[in-house]
Amino acid sequence: MAEPTPSTTPASVPADGNDSTHAFIELKNVCKRFGSQQVLLNINLTLQHGETLCIIGPSGEGKTVTLKHIIGLIKPDSGEIYVDGVHVNRLKEREMAPIRQKVSMLFQGAALFDNLTVEQNVAFPLLEHGVRDRAEIDRRVRAALQAVDLDEHRHKFPTSLSGGMRKRTGIARAIIDRSECILYDEPNSGLDPIGSDVIDQMILRMQRRYNITSIIVTHDMRSVFKIANRVAMLYRGEIRFLGTPTELRESTDQVVQDFINGRSDITG
Amino acid sequence: MEFSSGLLILPGRTFLHFLAYLGQLADLMRELTIAVRSGVWRLKLVAQQIVAIGYGSQAVVIVTGAFTGAVFTFQSYAKFKDFGFETTVGAVVSVALCRELGPVLAGLMVAGRVGAAMAADIGTMKVTEQVDALRVMGVHPVDFLVLPRFLAMMISMPFLVAESISFGLFASYLVTSFGYDMPSAWYLTHMLDHTNMEDLSIGMIKGFVFGMLITLISCHQGLSAENGAVGVGLGTTRAVVISSLVLLIVNFFLSILLNYIFPIGAA
Repeated sequence: MAEPTPSTTPASVPADGNDSTHAFIELKNVCKRFGSQQVLLNINLTLQHGETLCIIGPSGEGKTVTLKHIIGLIKPDSGEIYVDGVHVNRLKEREMAPIRQKVSMLFQGAALFDNLTVEQNVAFPLLEHGVRDRAEIDRRVRAALQAVDLDEHRHKFPTSLSGGMRKRTGIARAIIDRSECILYDEPNSGLDPIGSDVIDQMILRMQRRYNITSIIVTHDMRSVFKIANRVAMLYRGEIRFLGTPTELRESTDQVVQDFINGRSDITG
Repeated sequence: MEFSSGLLILPGRTFLHFLAYLGQLADLMRELTIAVRSGVWRLKLVAQQIVAIGYGSQAVVIVTGAFTGAVFTFQSYAKFKDFGFETTVGAVVSVALCRELGPVLAGLMVAGRVGAAMAADIGTMKVTEQVDALRVMGVHPVDFLVLPRFLAMMISMPFLVAESISFGLFASYLVTSFGYDMPSAWYLTHMLDHTNMEDLSIGMIKGFVFGMLITLISCHQGLSAENGAVGVGLGTTRAVVISSLVLLIVNFFLSILLNYIFPIGAA
């Protein structure tokens, strides 16, 4: 297993990440409410090409909702979301297709199609986007599966895969159409420490090999310190912290420290 | 005062929910129209659905049609004999099967078997985020999930109705010929004299409309499913109940309309 890589911010990215002239993803004052619960309140985030941002925070604080806003699965109540300069929350569902060829998402449960094999799942985006050359499809599927070390399992169905293998299949499906950005929704959840490290290495490999921009929602602080260039902490619908992993570790905010050290205020 | 305002709020809210539901169905129909006009019909998926819907429903539709034709003949023959009209049984059963019983019973059977499967399949995909995965890959769920089912249903349903009618008539013929020793020529002559293309057309048109309604209602329930397995179960139940009730209600109004266009005995 490879050694953990020290977190670094790309040279072109300012520490606060708010260089909006080259921003790949930008959220401006995004608000979202579900019933009586204010899930997101004036969220502002900017992400550069090739950057890896980890979003942390307690459960139910809107981390997954933030990812779903970026890829247009949920529309905000107010605010603006830009992906590669395009104002996505103004687009209709059918107009989102070009954006979704640039940005893909790994779902928490991988969301693989049960009736398709690993190979067919990974080939699915190519076939749907009009690639008809069988040799080209086979070559790209093989390359994507080799990148996630799943080539020998390509004929299996998702039900016969482990949790980690399902997530790696999801990553292969996300990268096969040469997405520029991948949104990961809790890629380490439900995995043992080794399986979790394998996923972290995959994410780092994607970043290095293809310069993929990544946003990772996670509760795993080891992963955060291993893979993030920047970290955003969502707390009570707002961004409580935004900075580098080093700044996160050195933060004097008690809420931040309690979260990263896994301390609750419940005594018994 | 509070009691009386409560009496108004409940029907008002129910009516608003009903309007919202109709709006959602209309929106699904609009998306389906866009999908049809796009010309991307995924014929392999359509063929798979024809096998699941058309081929897979044959047994249930044939058995239902056959035994309904048989029992209808058995009961009406006994009553008609009292008035000396027993030779008209073939004509009555034939017209009833073509215009009403064939399409309605085939529709109800398909609503139970296929509607439930559609809602459960799509609902499971919805709650396991497979529908969102489709969207993320730039594939509209209506194009991929609803359109192939819709086209397959449009192709299969008239055939299923025709099978239901055919086997109902065949069973009726067997009951009169072997159960009551009626000369088969009497039965066939009366049946053919009083059944025309308009009667068959009504059955086919109804089958077509019922197929469209079952697909829309069931796929809508699937795409609206939430809250895990419980939500899928609820959506599946609703798909069958709503499809069956809508089918019976629409059948009444469709009968009035079609009888106006194709009056009984006009040909």
